[in-house]
Amino acid sequence: MKSLNVRRILMSLAAPVLALVVAFIVTSLVLVAVGDPVGDVWKTILAVPKPRQTVNIINAASVFYLSAIAVAVGFRMNLFNIGVDGQYRVAAFAAAIFAGQAWLPGWLNILVAILVAMVAGGLWASIAAYLKVKRGVSEVISTIMLNAIATGVVSWLLLKVSSRGEGSNSIETKTIPESSQLEGFKLIPGATNRVYTLLILAVLVGFLYWFVLSKTRFGFDLRATGRSESAAVASGVNVPRMVMTAMIASGALAGLVGMPLLFGQDHNYGTTFQSGLGFAGIAIALLGRNNAVGIGFAALLWAFLDVQSNALQIQADVAQELVNIIQGVILFAVVIAYELIRRADKRIEQTRVARELAAQRQAAPATEGAPA
Amino acid sequence: MVANKDITFSVRRGTVHAIVGENGAGKSTLMKILYGVQRPDEGTIKVNGQVVNLHSPSDAIAAGIGMVFQHFMLADNLTVLENVVLGAEKLHGIGDGARREIKRISDAYKLDVDPDALVADLGVGARQRIEILKVLFRGARTLILDEPTAVLVPQEVDELFDQLAELKDEGLTVLFISHKLDEVLKVADSITVIRRGTTIDTVDPKAVNARQLAELMVGSELPSPTTEESTVTDRVLLRLEGITLGGGTGRPVLDDISLTIHAGEVLGIAGVEGNGQAELVEVIMGMREPSAGEVFLGDTDISDWHVREIREAGVGYIPEDRHRHALLLEAPLWENRMLGHQTESPNVKGQLIDAAAAKADTERIVKDYDVRTPSIFVTAGSLSGGNQQKLIIGREMSHKPKVLIAAHPTRGVDVGAQSSIWDHIRAARREGLAVLLISADLEELIGLSDTIRVILRGRLSGDFDPDDVTAEDLGAAMTGAGEKEESR
Repeated sequence: MKSLNVRRILMSLAAPVLALVVAFIVTSLVLVAVGDPVGDVWKTILAVPKPRQTVNIINAASVFYLSAIAVAVGFRMNLFNIGVDGQYRVAAFAAAIFAGQAWLPGWLNILVAILVAMVAGGLWASIAAYLKVKRGVSEVISTIMLNAIATGVVSWLLLKVSSRGEGSNSIETKTIPESSQLEGFKLIPGATNRVYTLLILAVLVGFLYWFVLSKTRFGFDLRATGRSESAAVASGVNVPRMVMTAMIASGALAGLVGMPLLFGQDHNYGTTFQSGLGFAGIAIALLGRNNAVGIGFAALLWAFLDVQSNALQIQADVAQELVNIIQGVILFAVVIAYELIRRADKRIEQTRVARELAAQRQAAPATEGAPA
Repeated sequence: MVANKDITFSVRRGTVHAIVGENGAGKSTLMKILYGVQRPDEGTIKVNGQVVNLHSPSDAIAAGIGMVFQHFMLADNLTVLENVVLGAEKLHGIGDGARREIKRISDAYKLDVDPDALVADLGVGARQRIEILKVLFRGARTLILDEPTAVLVPQEVDELFDQLAELKDEGLTVLFISHKLDEVLKVADSITVIRRGTTIDTVDPKAVNARQLAELMVGSELPSPTTEESTVTDRVLLRLEGITLGGGTGRPVLDDISLTIHAGEVLGIAGVEGNGQAELVEVIMGMREPSAGEVFLGDTDISDWHVREIREAGVGYIPEDRHRHALLLEAPLWENRMLGHQTESPNVKGQLIDAAAAKADTERIVKDYDVRTPSIFVTAGSLSGGNQQKLIIGREMSHKPKVLIAAHPTRGVDVGAQSSIWDHIRAARREGLAVLLISADLEELIGLSDTIRVILRGRLSGDFDPDDVTAEDLGAAMTGAGEKEESR
């Protein structure tokens, strides 16, 4: 058993490490090809982050983490929720409007606004879920379309409700009352900025994700459906209902993505609200192998690359978009590496089982009369 | 992988040489080695006295070794000609040259194959002949037939044996893999028994009987599927009333099926595959909605129940296709032990999974049902088919079902495990289990069932009494040849 675990751990670490190495090489080749300073670039990216940047990395990672968990819920049952991007924007907008009204005091306002966000995200995702279950529409297609629609709907509604502050060009919802703004933790010594209070939310969600999936009946049904839909049906899983539930849960979790930003940084929803988090979530969920801890590391890596790349323009005179290449190659390499490792793992296990069985036979020799 | 060790035998040209052994004895691995799919770690293969190195199937074909697989590899929507030339276009072209060659082979070995027939229109026996022809077309002089009779009804088996005799007379060599001993004794000139990866003995079929052969094969006293005194009670446990399942535009897949199974009764359903067995099971299990008819469990109408409710109510299910319907191949054994019973004790406590209890119970099943595995943490996919099946049966029996729906419960399972599965079914039957047994193994049906019915094109025949029905009678009913007799 022990050797098995060691092998498992090594196997699951091998793929991301391999992917990072490949990404390092490919990016270096790209840099050499266009004549950019390879050394300076890596020195900038791989520099030890300053306290301020460390805070930024943690903050970015907490948001990425929520997004990736939302995606992973779908992935675990072979549902590709590409729509986290639209879902979190609809949800953040709804929550911002609610919280901005200041109907409730302080923390209560925050908690209810978070619920509003989950409901909004879940509702938006339920459109795709309904279409898949009742009409057989691929969730990939419908969620992509719903992303486009979400962008349109939110900008249109934003114009209707926006209160343009004097002397400001930005269009945004009413700012949430100060009593509901979260100032954050002073976690990193020497940093002037603070870690989002709602980092707690990310940790909580990660724990719940792990608990529900691996410890509950519901989680077992969900994983069974992901591994083999036909076997799940035969075991009594109501697959359409499962699709509906998982998709809505994924949407509700997507609704949380914007919450650390809303309460810890922006305090309203406007045109400058961070976008593209849903797509980062897909990449991070893949990299983290849909595993609560793995996703944590992947989110930190993603955030690290994002934050460290900010200095590229100044330090190495290279556009910071370079980091997108790095991230893209990592993702590409990791998907291939996981598949290779999965196959190797399967083969190794079959061989091992056969070998151990043969050993068992030898240990218990001819009990049924020696062969002629 | 030490699936085979010290396999030694020689096959004379122009003979039918049978290789028998339990499932898991290493037959498949041996086949793979002979066909170049797998490389042996040690040892040599000689063809006509020459050592050959088989790295791939094309090497095997070059050495004159051809393989006829158990599962046909034919494209339904192509003609026989197209199927035969597929992948061998260079030999005789794809036109008249190839057609002539097919004709020639077909005539020479009396295979009776029409090159221009559409494969979709052909029956199982004809498809098998095409597979044989495919191999001959590629120039094989040694044919390996892997469990060729598994898919055939008795009459077709006899035809196949006639053809094998024909091949033999023409100087070809046939390696015949099987675990059906009567057939082996009938057709083979020489029989090699392998057990646990080693050749046990090579015997002359004239000098042994089936029982002795089987004992060589299992290495112990042999079981036979004979039911003891009847345990049938008058308590109805499962009743189907007029179950009909529409089949799109054509004739219905299931046509007005009614049946009753009492506590302590095994109802066997015989039939050639694809006559509605799979659909019948799916209707009973709640996986398919019938267009008409009701299913009763005891007195309760369960027609509208969902799979989970039906399983929780005490219907055990051994699916026909274990990989698709009974296992999560990438999940460990103990999670597979939960599958299908993930709402029942000992697997769960309330809404939470009780992993410790599930693991402990998996250990028990592994022990009681002799599932050969190094641990309960390996994936189900890494076990051999027979051991997977033993785990499934152990799992279903562990929940004390009232009704067991068993589709091919011993398919791909070795003789030893087969007898223990039969014993488990019989023991449960004594305690009042009602079993719907669907099987292609007529011996099994006759031996285990209290009543046998035949399904043909979605319709059920009348009752056969297993005490005085023969495999030939059933075979006739299965192909429709016996329809007249039935209406007597």
